[in-house]
Amino acid sequence: MSRELTMLQAIQEALDLKLADDERVVLLGEDIGVNGGVFRATDGLLAKYGEKRVIDTPLAESGIIGTAIGMALNGMVPVAEIQFLAFIFPGLEQLLSHAARMRHRTRGQFGVPMVIRTPYGAGIRGPELHSESVEAFFAHTPGLKVVVPSSPYDAKGLLISAIEDPDPVVFLEPTRIYRAFREEVPGGLYRVPLGQAKVVREGEDLSIFAWGSMLRTALRAAEQIEQERGWRCEVIDLRTLYPLDRETIITSVQKTGRALVVHEAHKTAGLGAEIISLINDEALLYLRAPVKRIAGFDVPVPMFSVEDDYLPTEARIRQGIEETILF
Amino acid sequence: MLTENDRAQLWMQMKAHSDRLFEEIQVLKPDGEVTGPVDDISPDVMREMYRWMVLVRAFDRKCVILQRQGRIGTYAPFEGQEAAQVGSALALAPEDWMFPTYRDHAAAMVHGQPLATVVLYWMGRMEGCVCPPGKHILPPCVPIATHLLHAAGAAWAAKWRGEPMVAIAYFGDGATSEGDFHEALNFAGVFQLPVIFLCQNNGYAISVPFSRQSASRTIAQRAVAYDIPGVRVDGNDVFAVYRAVRQARERAAAGLGPTLIEAVTFRYGAHTTADDPTRYRDQQRLSDEWRTQRDPVTRLRLYLERHDLWDARQEEAWQAEVASRVDAAVQEAMAAGPADPLAMFDHVYADEPWHLAEQRRELATARGGAHA
Ligand SMILES: Cc1ncc(C[n+]2csc(CCOP(=O)(O)OP(=O)(O)O)c2C)c(N)n1
Repeated sequence: MSRELTMLQAIQEALDLKLADDERVVLLGEDIGVNGGVFRATDGLLAKYGEKRVIDTPLAESGIIGTAIGMALNGMVPVAEIQFLAFIFPGLEQLLSHAARMRHRTRGQFGVPMVIRTPYGAGIRGPELHSESVEAFFAHTPGLKVVVPSSPYDAKGLLISAIEDPDPVVFLEPTRIYRAFREEVPGGLYRVPLGQAKVVREGEDLSIFAWGSMLRTALRAAEQIEQERGWRCEVIDLRTLYPLDRETIITSVQKTGRALVVHEAHKTAGLGAEIISLINDEALLYLRAPVKRIAGFDVPVPMFSVEDDYLPTEARIRQGIEETILF
Repeated sequence: MLTENDRAQLWMQMKAHSDRLFEEIQVLKPDGEVTGPVDDISPDVMREMYRWMVLVRAFDRKCVILQRQGRIGTYAPFEGQEAAQVGSALALAPEDWMFPTYRDHAAAMVHGQPLATVVLYWMGRMEGCVCPPGKHILPPCVPIATHLLHAAGAAWAAKWRGEPMVAIAYFGDGATSEGDFHEALNFAGVFQLPVIFLCQNNGYAISVPFSRQSASRTIAQRAVAYDIPGVRVDGNDVFAVYRAVRQARERAAAGLGPTLIEAVTFRYGAHTTADDPTRYRDQQRLSDEWRTQRDPVTRLRLYLERHDLWDARQEEAWQAEVASRVDAAVQEAMAAGPADPLAMFDHVYADEPWHLAEQRRELATARGGAHA
């Protein structure tokens, strides 16, 4: 059975199916039970699975991530929700110093199969600190996997894979497209493998790498530029930010000879730099122009009255494409 | 040496003592009667309390409406918590440092934050984070409990320089579950810092009731573990709150260290305008009950009228004044003109590094192009 779902509904369904499928799976987080999550990603799950499986915790992110580590050590598969990405900071000690390192330190004796889901990104007129995009922090941490869906279908399949993964996965959910559109999503369990990017649009003239809510902005820019100038951009949704899908990235750049990275995170030391570095290592001699980054500015994500100016726009992306192709 | 049995008995006794020690202190009862003399609070101060409470309530209701009209963003209402915020802020000295959350703009306004600035904050404008020169009012703290440590640090600096000012941090019951809450109480205890921790226990974080935040029955009793004074007051009783904070302030200024105050209250409305409280509590019944049986504003008005400190004529005049002040503040904020996107590059550092100068130009050019 297949119906049109929003990304939020697809995420809820993935959680529902994994709770039913694997009794070791538990959900924990702030306001996820009775309230069904502030975005309703866990709506109805407490009623269906009860308090032992869907747990409203005290307001403490270090507590949530720290106890999730303990549960994972001892045979459970916790799926923790952090209410908004910036509120993960009190739990970073647990995440970076323990979750990420446990397998390595214990020489493979103990793993921590757990997922941390968290809404992230700007564009929803959120209050301060509800719009950050700090995926690079996690992609800089050996031992973590970092996943960002950009469509309902992928959100469900990637989340199921993340829950089944033996290692800790940070699963970032772009709030801007939580409810922005619907798409066909099959019922039942299916997997979208971690570590694999997806060519969303084929093209020969330039490769655009994006993820999360920026994927759609990049796609629109690619469509506009094709109409205006006839240039065909390949658009690639990275989906997993750590570890990166090197092969898909390099194959595309070898084909097009030009590349552009789009991310809403700050430019400096953002993932764009890592992707460019990878291209430099593997495909430098294929390049016909320097690789540009169209990114969020290097300022604290501003309050919402000017967030649209902070975020990369189609116009900025189009300009980047033009400068690259006309280099 | 104590036997196991002795220990068990002492433990039970301690719980009983704790229940008594942290009983909710009430001075002004919901029917407007007082539980004892209140000579230490002057009629002028009482009227000021009332005026502020009426003003901030009108302000709060206006903001909820503005959000529904799409004229401001998501808003966190405080209606029901006026006594806790107004009573505490009035007990401060003008130079004291205030560290509020997103729900404490009533306290901030009493302490000197202009109403229009608060409106600007909820319009998503950076100007909304700036307090008047000479004031020490920090922007609303969004990450829960983190600012308690800032208050401790500001108090520490004042103590270090021998200045008489104190710092106050506002937070909710949910905040007491964060590590930073405990670290702040601990630092304040160890270094005997002139800081007041004012918790408005409104019973809920967002949807999570206090019984799920903690197995301890009160928040005030947490003070015991850090060996600092803890008090629990009826947070809808402006006299009780005012007294508790005034006393804490005096102690702090006299070098006697921090105090934890738990003000028991209730938010009548949603956590924010993005929240639907009917999902997690019997909203209608609870808010009706608190409004009719424990309202902070009504009880003070009853008291004032009964003691000939306030009458219908004054009420009418003040209501009119309040309406015009709130309207004026909203108009002032709305008249601020479009937000300047380039301001996002200001003040990232004291001196602008090259890459920000470059990005500023990039945005200016892009916007210039958009206008042309
Ligand atoms: C560190 C952190 N975690 C989570 C949140 C999301 N959040 C915002 S307000 C809130 C509830 C706070 O409850 P409480 O401390 O009781 O204060 P109240 O809102 O009731 O005034 C939560 C969970 C946050 N802002 N910061």
